[in-house]
Amino acid sequence: MSILVIAEHDNEEIKASTNNVVTAATNLEGEIHILVAGSNCTGAKDQASKISNVTKVLVADAPEYEHCLAENIADLIVAISADYSHILAPATTNGKNFMPRVSALLDVSQVSDITAIDAPDTFQRPIYAGNCIATVQNSDSKKVITVRTTAFDAAPNDGNAEIADLQENHNLGVSEFIKAEIAESDRPELTAADVIISGGRGMQNGDNFKILESVADKLGAAIGASRAAVDSGFVPNDYQVGQTGKIVAPNLYIAVGISGAIQHLAGMKDSKVIVAINKDEDAPIFQVADYGLVADLFTAVPELDAKL
Amino acid sequence: MKILVPIKRVVDYNVKVRPKADESGVDLNNVKMAINPFCEIAVEEAVRLKEAGTATEIIAVTVGTSASQEQLRTALALGADRAILVETDIEVEPLGIAKLLKGIIDKESPDLILLGKQAIDGDNNQTSQMLAALSGYAQATFASELKIEGEKAVVTREVDGGLQTISVNLPCIVSSDLRLNEPRYASLPNIMKAKQKQLDVVEAGSMGVDIEPRNKTIKVSPPPVREAGIIVETVDDLVDKLKNEAKVIT
Repeated sequence: MSILVIAEHDNEEIKASTNNVVTAATNLEGEIHILVAGSNCTGAKDQASKISNVTKVLVADAPEYEHCLAENIADLIVAISADYSHILAPATTNGKNFMPRVSALLDVSQVSDITAIDAPDTFQRPIYAGNCIATVQNSDSKKVITVRTTAFDAAPNDGNAEIADLQENHNLGVSEFIKAEIAESDRPELTAADVIISGGRGMQNGDNFKILESVADKLGAAIGASRAAVDSGFVPNDYQVGQTGKIVAPNLYIAVGISGAIQHLAGMKDSKVIVAINKDEDAPIFQVADYGLVADLFTAVPELDAKL
Repeated sequence: MKILVPIKRVVDYNVKVRPKADESGVDLNNVKMAINPFCEIAVEEAVRLKEAGTATEIIAVTVGTSASQEQLRTALALGADRAILVETDIEVEPLGIAKLLKGIIDKESPDLILLGKQAIDGDNNQTSQMLAALSGYAQATFASELKIEGEKAVVTREVDGGLQTISVNLPCIVSSDLRLNEPRYASLPNIMKAKQKQLDVVEAGSMGVDIEPRNKTIKVSPPPVREAGIIVETVDDLVDKLKNEAKVIT
């Protein structure tokens, strides 16, 4: 039996989260195939064929797959699922959207957001906002899994997989894409960034995030935020790092004016190096920080900016 | 329009849970229980649709032990009209819950099913999508805005990198994200009134679906401990440590 990885892409490019899932798949036994479902997705297809350890790229290129609507993607995956022992997707908002639908259609339980593979049927996954790690053994004949991408390194792009075009059309016709409002930014994506600088309630308002932007520009960093900052309207929703926002694990995470609620820590505590800048020396964020600076962020951050 | 709102009883979000000493599970002795925050948002959205004259009836439903009646009463106090407890002592997995809820959909024929995107205990984020699959309905997950327009729901979804707006045919499944609304507090008169509202109990075993768990929990362990680091005195120290000790900046 082989393993099927569902690619995350924007039709033109494969997202790095796909490479993370391929690495997870190498912990299982069997050939690794990738499904690229999209519309006019030649760019993504070609990139997928270069991911190491992948032997075959299955391509479903049709208008109904353009926006990754869960109904159509799930029907497609189910239609080609027979030969696979494991079906894996990144735990991105796309993967989280269509994978449980696939599971239910196959009448199997899903294992969400795995962080380790102990055996082909045994997986580790965080529960309760990462306060506990559950090791679960799944008895279903087919395993449907979403993968926490920060837990696995990205597979390199030095492969040369065969490409196979699928003639599969699945359009349930119950949902329709209207529009996407995706923030355009020259900065790296939060989940793929090497360095992240995040602001919390201590930033006081959205304008003050400008002082983080200057540091971010120098470090090539992405900008994140705590839920408090997002709820206060300082920055858009997609900045949120935490249990219900994005899970990140950069090499360097700089938390500015963030107290460190467990829901926020759940999203960033696997970062390699954590820096906290906060004027409250009792803030819980200092308990996970490698380097803490007890200071007023409005003097410390500009000073940091000047010294980089 | 009739709205079904499935909810879940979970550990209160302020509680920091720990594994049991023998790692056989999560230590839930004497912890405060509450309605899952995302479910509360779903109830609120249903109540707003009723207040706007779009919805006519709101049914709250949950799968769990008899203790879950407490959370159903909370939903009734927030504005649900009646409630159903699908009672079982088994810790049912999302797939089993979705099968039981499908049975309730077949009986009640709601036009809209509104539920939370994930429960903060298992963090599975599965039930809505599975229910949509079993019903053959469209799904609009992670909703931050919901508008009913004729026979369709127009839903803005929180996705990686921004927002996506889709239109789905009714009946459909909508799962709430954090920013769909800010739930109200139940008033004392409404809490009193909720005690008189109809709450039916259905035995899960009578619904004729397989709810046996497929996943066995081998153990529940604490996450790797992150040692607290050091406090640096100045920005200069910080930059020096990042450059020369951690080597994460150049």
